[in-house]
Amino acid sequence: VKYLLLIYGNPANWEHPLYLRDPGFLGLPPEEQAAVTRRAEELHAEVGEAGEFVVGAALASPSSARTFRGRDGVPVSTDGPYPETKEQLAGYVVVDCETPERAYEIAARMPDARFTAVEVRPIMDAAGEEM
Amino acid sequence: VIDRELGDLLRRLAPQVLAAVLRHHGDQGFADAEDAVQEALLAATAQWPAEGRPERPAAWLITVASRRMVDRFRSEVASRRREHEAAALVPPDEHLAPAADAGVDPRPGSGSGSGREDTLELLLLCCRPELSPASRIALTLRAVGGLTTAEVARAFLVPEATMAQRISRAKARLRQCGARFPAVDDAERTARLPDVLHVLYLVFTEGHTASGGPDLLRADLAGEAVRLARAVHAERPDDGEVTGLLALLLLTDARRGARTGPDGALVPLAEQDRSSWDRAAIDEGRALLAGALARHRLGPYQLQAAIAAVHADAERAEDTDWPQIAALYRLLADLDPGPTVALARAVAVGMADGPQAGLVLLAELDEQLAEHHRLHAVRGHLLALSGDGAAAGTAFATAARLTTSLPEQRYLRARAREHDT
Repeated sequence: VKYLLLIYGNPANWEHPLYLRDPGFLGLPPEEQAAVTRRAEELHAEVGEAGEFVVGAALASPSSARTFRGRDGVPVSTDGPYPETKEQLAGYVVVDCETPERAYEIAARMPDARFTAVEVRPIMDAAGEEM
Repeated sequence: VIDRELGDLLRRLAPQVLAAVLRHHGDQGFADAEDAVQEALLAATAQWPAEGRPERPAAWLITVASRRMVDRFRSEVASRRREHEAAALVPPDEHLAPAADAGVDPRPGSGSGSGREDTLELLLLCCRPELSPASRIALTLRAVGGLTTAEVARAFLVPEATMAQRISRAKARLRQCGARFPAVDDAERTARLPDVLHVLYLVFTEGHTASGGPDLLRADLAGEAVRLARAVHAERPDDGEVTGLLALLLLTDARRGARTGPDGALVPLAEQDRSSWDRAAIDEGRALLAGALARHRLGPYQLQAAIAAVHADAERAEDTDWPQIAALYRLLADLDPGPTVALARAVAVGMADGPQAGLVLLAELDEQLAEHHRLHAVRGHLLALSGDGAAAGTAFATAARLTTSLPEQRYLRARAREHDT
């Protein structure tokens, strides 16, 4: 089953990877910072080598976003993301895993899950079992 | 575009070619041998249509693959150049097996006089328990099925790089665990046979559940699983479970054309147009099953095939012999206990003895399967039969929320709406 991992970050200093500029990360002692970064790289390699990584991308700053929203049945565009919150969608990864637990594990091991948030959503499949 | 018949021939020859290469260059490792066979298959795809098909296609492929192995060997250990030059003086054919390989008859099963079980041997290697299920499937389709990495990737809707990674990881794992070809002894082969059958079953299911249309490559996996099950059956005709699996796949695949509507919607078993079931596949499956049941100890695949055969026997859904199916599920639950079987049994018991009896069985699964859509779908079905439409509607709505399949969700929402008052 494929899962979409939505990575949220603090929009204050938009430079990827965002967690490196998160106050929570910056407050760590240098050796702990190095360990976080190393574990992130290890996770990246692990998911790639396992043949679980499907696709992923880092997103441009929310300030470059444009949102189209229905108003009286007409799409009206506004600058910026929807909704305006403290944490913004920063990137996404699609993984193909054998179990939901494995997808949760990958999400929880992302540094962003520690400082901001990672949301896991199963992707619907076009195949179905006989009922 | 490769012509279909050539593709079929090459895929059929792939296991015996790989087996022959492994026998003679196995010390160079499975990974290289498998790559060399893929290269030989590609070379055949490129050359045969233009230059004509060789008289002995298997021997041609073995020669080309062996040459690649020799080339590789040469370039990899350049430091021992002198010994290599000696090896290179030997014409490629000398690296081959004697007559047994050169004279291979490409028809499946026809080489059985030699007593060899090339397909089964390779499947045992690809289905080792040390590999993850996804790796076993990927490696099986490439090394034994003769599919390219790109084809396997398309069937599983992932990028080629992702699939290539799964395959190379599987090969690395085989190296780590010291997997050998052929497998050590007959006892181990027999002991690990269920692992092979399970992988073939998984490949089949992946294809069978595909909705057709844009999923066409994925649907081909069902045919690929049937083909591999046939090859194993040709090598092990006297194994009851091998026969049982082939019968099950044939009997299930027979419903393929009836299980989805023209718009890709799921058609439940009870509403399928039974006249469009593939009668030839049913007859073949039924004959295989009868032979297995008469001669061998009962096993889970034979039982599942027997259940599929009872469905196939009913001309109309209402003619289904549910008491018989419930009895078979009871045996299956003893041999192969698990939530999937328990759910299917609850349906059968509900149909045979009334919905209340099924609901009682279902209650035992509540805790274990609370988050599983199928529990709620079955409950909805049984509640609807019992006349409790409101509760059925709620159960179908819960099932629709939990499934991650689009056609299942569409079907379950429709059932929920039927009972919405």
